[in-house]
Amino acid sequence: MSETELAMHGHGAEMAEGSPYAIPSRKLTMWLFIISDAVTFGALLFGYGYLRTASSDWPTPFKFNPSIVNVMIMTVVLITSSLTMLGAVDSAKTGDKGKTNRFLWSTILLGVIFAGLHVREWFGLIDEGVRLFQNPWGSPLFGATFFAITGLHLLHVISGVVALAVISRGFSRGRLTAGHVETTGLYWHFVDLVWMFVVPLIYLLNISR
Amino acid sequence: MAAPRASKNVIAKYLPVYFVLLGIAAVEVFLAYQHFSTGSLLAILLALAVCGGALAVMYFMHLAEERRSLFLTLIPATIFVLLMMNMFWSDSFRLLRMKPFPH
Repeated sequence: MSETELAMHGHGAEMAEGSPYAIPSRKLTMWLFIISDAVTFGALLFGYGYLRTASSDWPTPFKFNPSIVNVMIMTVVLITSSLTMLGAVDSAKTGDKGKTNRFLWSTILLGVIFAGLHVREWFGLIDEGVRLFQNPWGSPLFGATFFAITGLHLLHVISGVVALAVISRGFSRGRLTAGHVETTGLYWHFVDLVWMFVVPLIYLLNISR
Repeated sequence: MAAPRASKNVIAKYLPVYFVLLGIAAVEVFLAYQHFSTGSLLAILLALAVCGGALAVMYFMHLAEERRSLFLTLIPATIFVLLMMNMFWSDSFRLLRMKPFPH
């Protein structure tokens, strides 16, 4: 007897109710995680906004080339990875393991490219003298907010890449289901979503003119 | 051969959303180089980011296809919490004009 059947027909069956959302508990859990993570990023971005507003000498170091061009490429890469993730979820639902894996590994590859470009951006700024609590231009907290917010996002991307690799392996071996692919896809789209707020608030508001 | 056709269709189905998201990103970069005040630019960019985020949540994350109860449980609560974080802005403006940050 499966866990679901046990819950519905086993002990306390009279107390069991259907999900009010008509989605598996795994998916609901991921949604709740995403909401809590969104609030975490929201708090970080509000904190950044607070510090930026309260400082009269906030640095604006991002030149069109290389920083903004790099960020535009990263955006295209990440949004494209969301599209390949949609393909993976759809293929998984139809039971096509080969196609699911191809889409998943395309997503992983795009995630790795994004992470590489992100690290290149970091090293560029570090070369210019930006550290956590100092930089050559102005408010010393610029580095702390920049590295904290983009670093947390990069951590999410790297975690997502690892999760996708694990899911791909598990799905191709039959240990994991299309539901697992779909739930991981939700997480990946959320990473994309956060980037849509990080780019305008962290980069585009601080361009060098 | 139904499975590959289904995957091809889902990409085609979401391509318009994909291009709109890329378009929003391009418009954001264009606007960032126009001569707006920081406050106006922030408002415009934030509005565009919210539009992009809503598209991603509703279509890429399929919230539009779920029961409305899920939407009504998750989204208003999140927006409420995020709006409540706005309470400290007046203090940030106060700091800008007062000691101990007299730059």
